[in-house]
Amino acid sequence: MSSLPHIKLASVREISGPLLFVETMPGASFGELVEVTTPTGEERWGQIIDVSEDITLIQVFEGTLDLDVKSTIIRHTGTPIKLRVSMDMLGRTFDGRGNPRDGGPSIIAEDELDVHGKPINPYCRAHPSEFIQTGISVIDGMNTLLRGQKLPIFSGSGLPHRLLAAQIVRQATVLGQAEAFTVILAAMGVTGDEAKFFRDEFERMGVMDRVVVFLNMAEDPALERILTPRLALTAAEYLAFEQDMHVLVVLVDMTYYCEALREVSAARAEVPGRRGFPGYMYTDLATIYERAGKIHGKKGSITQVPILTMPEDDITHPIPDLTAYITEGQLVFDRDLYRRGIYPPINPLPSLSRLMDKGIGGGKTREDHKQLSDQLYYAYAEGRIVREAAMISGEEALTERDRLYLKFVDRFEREFINQAPYENRDIEKTLDIGWNVLSVFPEAELSRIDPDIIKKYYRGSGSKA
Amino acid sequence: MPVVGLIQRIVGPLIVAKNMIGARMHELVRLGELGIIGEIIRLERDRAAIQAYEETTGLRPGDKVEGTGKPLSVTLGPGLMGKIYDGVQRPLPGIADKSGSFIERGMSIDPLEMDKKWFFQPLIKAGSKVVGGDILGLVQETPLVLHRILVPPFYEGVVRHIVKEGDYSIREPIAEIETPRGSIQKVYLAQTWPVRVPRPYKVMMPPTIPQSTGQRVIDAFFPICKGGTIMIPGGFGTGKTVMLHQLAKFIEADIVVFVGCGERGNEMADVLESFPKLRDPKSGEPLMARTILIANTSNMPIAAREASVYTGLTMAEYYRDMGYDVALMADSTSRWAEALREISGRLEEMPGEEGYPAYLAARLAEFYSRAGHVITLGSDDRRGSITVIGAVSPPGGDFSEPVTQNTLRIVKVFWALDSSLAHRRHFPAINWLTSYSMYFDQVTESYNKEVGSDWGRIVREAITLLGQEEEVKEVASLLGTEVLAESQRLIVEVARNLRENFLRQSAFHPVDGYCSKEKTFHMLRTILKFYRKARFAIGQEVPLNRIMSLPVIEEMARMKLIPSEEIAKVADEIDKKIDEEINLLVEEQARKKKG
Ligand SMILES: Nc1ncnc2c1ncn2[C@@H]1O[C@H](COP(=O)(O)OP(=O)(O)OP(=O)(O)O)[C@@H](O)[C@H]1O
Ligand SMILES: [Mg+2]
Repeated sequence: MSSLPHIKLASVREISGPLLFVETMPGASFGELVEVTTPTGEERWGQIIDVSEDITLIQVFEGTLDLDVKSTIIRHTGTPIKLRVSMDMLGRTFDGRGNPRDGGPSIIAEDELDVHGKPINPYCRAHPSEFIQTGISVIDGMNTLLRGQKLPIFSGSGLPHRLLAAQIVRQATVLGQAEAFTVILAAMGVTGDEAKFFRDEFERMGVMDRVVVFLNMAEDPALERILTPRLALTAAEYLAFEQDMHVLVVLVDMTYYCEALREVSAARAEVPGRRGFPGYMYTDLATIYERAGKIHGKKGSITQVPILTMPEDDITHPIPDLTAYITEGQLVFDRDLYRRGIYPPINPLPSLSRLMDKGIGGGKTREDHKQLSDQLYYAYAEGRIVREAAMISGEEALTERDRLYLKFVDRFEREFINQAPYENRDIEKTLDIGWNVLSVFPEAELSRIDPDIIKKYYRGSGSKA
Repeated sequence: MPVVGLIQRIVGPLIVAKNMIGARMHELVRLGELGIIGEIIRLERDRAAIQAYEETTGLRPGDKVEGTGKPLSVTLGPGLMGKIYDGVQRPLPGIADKSGSFIERGMSIDPLEMDKKWFFQPLIKAGSKVVGGDILGLVQETPLVLHRILVPPFYEGVVRHIVKEGDYSIREPIAEIETPRGSIQKVYLAQTWPVRVPRPYKVMMPPTIPQSTGQRVIDAFFPICKGGTIMIPGGFGTGKTVMLHQLAKFIEADIVVFVGCGERGNEMADVLESFPKLRDPKSGEPLMARTILIANTSNMPIAAREASVYTGLTMAEYYRDMGYDVALMADSTSRWAEALREISGRLEEMPGEEGYPAYLAARLAEFYSRAGHVITLGSDDRRGSITVIGAVSPPGGDFSEPVTQNTLRIVKVFWALDSSLAHRRHFPAINWLTSYSMYFDQVTESYNKEVGSDWGRIVREAITLLGQEEEVKEVASLLGTEVLAESQRLIVEVARNLRENFLRQSAFHPVDGYCSKEKTFHMLRTILKFYRKARFAIGQEVPLNRIMSLPVIEEMARMKLIPSEEIAKVADEIDKKIDEEINLLVEEQARKKKG
């Protein structure tokens, strides 16, 4: 494309935070990859994020520690940041820059792809419609995941999101289809323990040969986290849309990603948005999350399960808030459920799967699924209000109806939401448990379900009140 | 001669160029080898700030900038209906033909089919005098849309030539007008218009004609008028998009323009898959035949997102000028405002509240001021309207933020979506206590005549009842439910009935999704009839729990599933049963007292 010589040396004028200000070299282009050699000969990566006639601004992914103004060497490459892709990626672990981290050889590339990808033409998108059975009742029954959906988990510090992510990876299947998911894990800012947890899990599942891992550890450079999810999604797009695979991408932990974004923004002295995060974070996150989906005429798909920890369990914090404004729903952890020993501690009320309706019902899951789920929502919402009231003014003050709801909330949490990390419930089982807990109520109370469905599935003894 | 300058600086979507003397504000330019499109947004001596409508990766200082001499414009003519465009009117199917499933840069594609023949039927003869806005002839654009070919604004003179009835493409002139100064202006089936300039009209009138939406909570409590301005704010997942989709399907309008501005790709895919299958309730034609989609999703370039709302508005104005009622939905105006903020930040302008530029309020006002009910140009005084409905996505669901607050000052209707309602799956999650419509009185007055003479009375009664429920609940939460009188418990029961069976409306149910205003009226009237009758019975000491376990309660709950055409009959029957069943209880109670 360009007649640039591959290597150009530029001199550094100023270093500030993770940013280098260098004299602009002829041909420097916006978004270009540069190689930075430290005075001690170490190689780093950078990207041009602002370029004018005289000054080029470079963000250095490994940080600027040890760099100096005099002897740091900058090489322009003339290309955007690319990832070398091929089927050999399967079974391998890479670092946050896409180099092997497992001691194995570099892969033989079929292609080199710009890690920023290109937007999917909305006209070419095929709307997700296939139900993924995760075997987890509160997801399958009430916040169904579909193939091609992006559905994040909003966790809190110390809550068992890793366990849940592993369970989803282990159990996710599309009914009636033998083909298993190819799994891509992008881990940002994880500790050695966490990395080991995932590796052990994958090995135990015996799925290592269909897993690709991109690992940026807690001690690795923070700015590299800006790149890690993009590498993972570039690999995913290759496997899904070039190699026809169904790819499940787990991104953990997006909170660290956002913090890296904030660091760059602060170093550039940009006007900060809410809580110091940049005003463009919505758009930036969208360029990650929107890389999920299905495309007309292509066999493969990308399903995304991003995980983030809500700072101080606050769902209005910009990280969960902007995420949920982009993703197709969210699974929200609740510390109170966790304290009471409920696993997975997903509170269905603030949780949502926007695509659910397209993937459930007769012929897909079961005809009663939607109405049952609606009724469970209603009853759980009512029940939690009653439980709160009972805590304030005592159970004596409750009406007959209230007592039923109180009973329901407890059973619902213990029997429906709660399950073991290794328990895989099929959709029939999940729905049946739903009807079991609803049997607390007389038929007449089930106002969100049609009479003929009630007749067929209701298993309570309560006659009409 | 258009300008040729040089790129001086690239920072994200913003380009600074030099040697730009002669360039004009809002002129469209092409950048670099790829010819990436951009628009000049500031001029300072020989330098221009340009917002790029495509990704700028790979651009270099020193790359050339070519002016086009034209401002960002849209092409308006037959063929718009049923199309899906990006924010700068490039057809997405055309982009897909050229570049596959992922969008490449630097493409230029004709916005309308250049060679498609349209059957044109002239309405005017050579020799007639015309002014801008006069109808030259007709093209049946789709089964739902009769396209009126208008003399463009500001044209005036005598028609020297007009083609005969027949098939013409938008390349061929269909008429020639001789101006008073003697020059000849050619008129085509299509014309262009700069998106940032509102199309002219003769008179702007206050919106007074009700516009039904098929949504009960809206038509009854927070109704809208043709040409009105409406905002729908709400946190994530509260139902903005679903509501806008419902309106796009069922609003009483001739034309719908839906602008997906910085939102999800799959939502556009959903519209593209579902609209062609949905039929217009009146004509039975596919809804796409009266719809234009503009899709600039969150991962597409933000400057084109900024432009997308103007592209949509200009198309809306074009159909308004034909004398149609147009509804424009923008999902979401917050993403548009964020695009403004980002560009403003890159320009290093002085930031206002939360980093938004100081001109945010002015831009919002400009945007909504292009809504309205007008007498159009042209000698026949046609009337047309644009209703603008904007979704707002406040960070953290907090309505005190700048976009919500500034919009609130402009619009006349406020549908506040509530996360707590959404969490319990009460949809539409419109908060009935905080929302409002300044068109309420006008609409109510019209519906009193049109739908039923007690429309206004029962709607007000229902609103009062819901307010009373709130008060009773407050008492109960302080003092416990034991202290409530039977009449207060009745309020709670009937309000619950209203909420569950009237206000709640499933967008996805084939019958419930659309509710005619007649059905809305009958449902509400029956529920309130029940209320009055039950209140009477309680006065006669009938226990509330006896009333609430009457069979008719369940029938009332299922009214929403009755198709609009059958509702009058069914409501009558239910009304009769309410009387009969409650009368029986009252008589029984009277006997008990005596005996
Ligand atoms: N009228 C309705 N009937 C049934 N379900 C609804 C209705 N409105 C909304 N929902 C449910 O709520 C979900 C979220 O709605 P929607 O996508 O419109 O939210 P939103 O306000 O646009 O969110 P965001 O700001 O994140 O885009 C839908 O996927 C659907 O499940
Ligand atoms: Mg939305």
